[in-house]
Amino acid sequence: MAEAMIATPGPLPVGPIGRAGLGWWGVAMLVVSEAALFGYLLFAYFYTGATSAPGWLLEPAPKMLPALPGTALLLASSGTAWWGEKGIEASRRGQVLAGFGITFLMGAVFAGLQLYEWSAKHFSFATSSYGSLYFVTTGIHMAHVVGGLIILAALFGWAAADYFSPRRRIAISAGVLYWHFVDAVWLFVFTTYYVTPYLGFGR
Amino acid sequence: MRPAAQRTPRIGEDSEALRARLRALWETTPGWRGWLTTVDHKQIGLRYIVTAFILLAIGGVESLAIRLQLAGPDLHLLTPEQYNQFFSTHGMTMIFLYASPILSGFSNYLWPLLLGSRDMAFPRLNAFSYWVYLAAALFLYAGFLIGAGPNDGWFNYVPYAEKPFNPGLNQDFYALGMVLLGISTTVGAANFIVTAAKMRAPGMSLDKLPIMIWGTLTASVANLLVVPAVSLAFFLLWLDRQFGGGFFRPELGGQPLLWQHLFWLFGHPWVYAIVLPAMGMASQGLPVFCRRELVGYAPIALSTVATMVIGFGVWVHHMFATGLPGLSLGFFSGASIIITLPSAIAVFAWLATIWNGRPVVTTAFRFFAAMILLFVIGGVSGFMTASVPVDWQLTDTYFVVAHLHYVLIGINLFPVIGATYFWFPKMTGRLMSERLGRWNFWTMFLGFNLGFLPMHLTGLLGMPRRVYTYPDGMGWDLLNLVTSIGSFLFAIGVVLFFVNVARSWRSGAPAGANPWDAATLEWSLPSPPPPYNFAVIPTIASRHPLWEDRLDGNSPRSALHRGMTLDTAREALAVTTLDAQPERIVEMPEDSWAPLALATGLALLFTGLLLKSWPAAAGGGLVSLAALVFWLWPRRQLLEREAPAHG
Repeated sequence: MAEAMIATPGPLPVGPIGRAGLGWWGVAMLVVSEAALFGYLLFAYFYTGATSAPGWLLEPAPKMLPALPGTALLLASSGTAWWGEKGIEASRRGQVLAGFGITFLMGAVFAGLQLYEWSAKHFSFATSSYGSLYFVTTGIHMAHVVGGLIILAALFGWAAADYFSPRRRIAISAGVLYWHFVDAVWLFVFTTYYVTPYLGFGR
Repeated sequence: MRPAAQRTPRIGEDSEALRARLRALWETTPGWRGWLTTVDHKQIGLRYIVTAFILLAIGGVESLAIRLQLAGPDLHLLTPEQYNQFFSTHGMTMIFLYASPILSGFSNYLWPLLLGSRDMAFPRLNAFSYWVYLAAALFLYAGFLIGAGPNDGWFNYVPYAEKPFNPGLNQDFYALGMVLLGISTTVGAANFIVTAAKMRAPGMSLDKLPIMIWGTLTASVANLLVVPAVSLAFFLLWLDRQFGGGFFRPELGGQPLLWQHLFWLFGHPWVYAIVLPAMGMASQGLPVFCRRELVGYAPIALSTVATMVIGFGVWVHHMFATGLPGLSLGFFSGASIIITLPSAIAVFAWLATIWNGRPVVTTAFRFFAAMILLFVIGGVSGFMTASVPVDWQLTDTYFVVAHLHYVLIGINLFPVIGATYFWFPKMTGRLMSERLGRWNFWTMFLGFNLGFLPMHLTGLLGMPRRVYTYPDGMGWDLLNLVTSIGSFLFAIGVVLFFVNVARSWRSGAPAGANPWDAATLEWSLPSPPPPYNFAVIPTIASRHPLWEDRLDGNSPRSALHRGMTLDTAREALAVTTLDAQPERIVEMPEDSWAPLALATGLALLFTGLLLKSWPAAAGGGLVSLAALVFWLWPRRQLLEREAPAHG
């Protein structure tokens, strides 16, 4: 009879080390599904716009203030979140707290700018399909920003309580991955709603 | 001392002492607390299966009421509004609350056993996924029970679903219930994908995955990507209805066809998601009864994936009659015709397996073999309607109803019942009665074909679907009567199945570990399997670890009785995705209240939204948030948090 081959591995990591662990995969799955959700939201925009008569856009030349600085701020906050994550890799708790604290503030300012922008619109959710799409798309994104802010606050608190070390920090890496997603997907929303009208879509 | 970040796993023999240690680590606390907090994939899988079968029975009773109403012309057993709710709720129940969850149930129960793992990747998420499914089912049925069930068909087209035409709560129950259910499906899909990627026995490289895994894995990838489309569609519908949104309302510049696109962008991949796992179960069981290996493992696995890939590009064939441009019709018609190729590969592989084997004709075999026949009939009628001119004749007639029942009953229910006969001994330790099984099979098979084969003709004669009655003299009377008789015969067959399950569960013949002399890992375990599944982590050398002595000459053997013991904590092994080399020891979570608490919070949130009771919604949101924070709080036991350096 042939030999049984038994896996006899050498030393294996125990539990999540760094960003390597099942939790990171779990958040990656969440991100994929959420990205699909935004894909369908933008599909709804382009489909409705492409099948509508001219004049569908309620804002044919969207104002870049404060949307563009808000966008820059949100994208930059991915950088500060990354810097905070680097801090835990080097066991610099101050850098973690500073990184996530600043990221939180930048995210909060973005949300504030967005609220201001909503209040300054001359149309509302119920004005037309354009209004409905604009508010529901930016609204669902806002919900993701708020979720991300809660995560950042939790990570800040846990880091302040000295929960993490360079090897045990899966929550930080998974949370930062989510924040990167919130920022990256905004770029698609921004391009769709603020840039494509200038390229001629829906005019 | 901080616990070491690395450890060389101890290798040991399977022994009673080891099993006692593992049982203490893995067993759920007895009593109601354990029942509400368990994260054992086997208990969760069984709950899924039992709940889905109960919903199958309920949906079946609804269909019998429909068939009584249609048994003859001009009958008035149901009012038109009742009829609308009955056929819509029947569709919703069978498609969303039975067909998909039953497959999740089998996969939940079986995956870790097939994969040689001690649990799914995310056991708490698994428990959560079941509780949300249960909550969504109760939510959706609460509407039906107070007379506000869905009443616009399962695909719920606008404008009839919009408020002016549908002022009651019917559509709000349906819309919010479907969003809730979508959460369950999505997290379940994520769990299956990560489990397939990481939680396997060492040596089980991708080419050695049991064939059933390919079906559920492919369906899970699809679910992860397409469920957001239908959740979004229903959410937008709710906003249209309750907050004056203009998504689907032409008077506000909205697009009614957007509903159809979003629904079928989800809906068509979804019909593959509710048959591919069932086909996978048949591919898993059929060869056992043919006493040989499955013919064409790789082509079947690849055709499963190919079906899904093409399946993303066929949704418009549900919309051929909506006036879309010809180019688009041509593309989607072509894709819908091409998709029959991978399906045909599976059919020929099954036939070759039977042809080249020495079939042992059991009840399970009969159900799997019947699936092949019914799949061909349902496939051909689908292939016909993939052609645009034919579809223009047949759309919205009973021909389509016949087609979709051949597909869903033929490739979901038949293999699911076959799978029940096949795996029931593993789940309960007892065999189902073969004698009653024969009656069960032939009653179902004859009843189904008697009911639904003539229905093709009803459709060809022009009877539109969804009419609550029809006048005398259209030439549909006899056909409808025959269909109604067939449905009742079919229902008797299903009752026989339930009787067999109930009796065999109590007093069936003891099964032993491997009553069918099958080849895969789950049959190496006692029936029912212990809470930890595998006492030692097996090492896999082939796709048929229990048949190697017969088939493999001098090739290396899988090792089932000696291996890593991982018996110092609740631990499982994670492997590399492609070649399944040991990669990591994973600490598995204990039983937890968080999944039930989160599901309860969400149910309260959705009830608040339905009633526009903002305090209830806010309360539900806060409970959900608290449950999530508690759930995700980094734990030392799971090594998510650093232990103190001293102490």
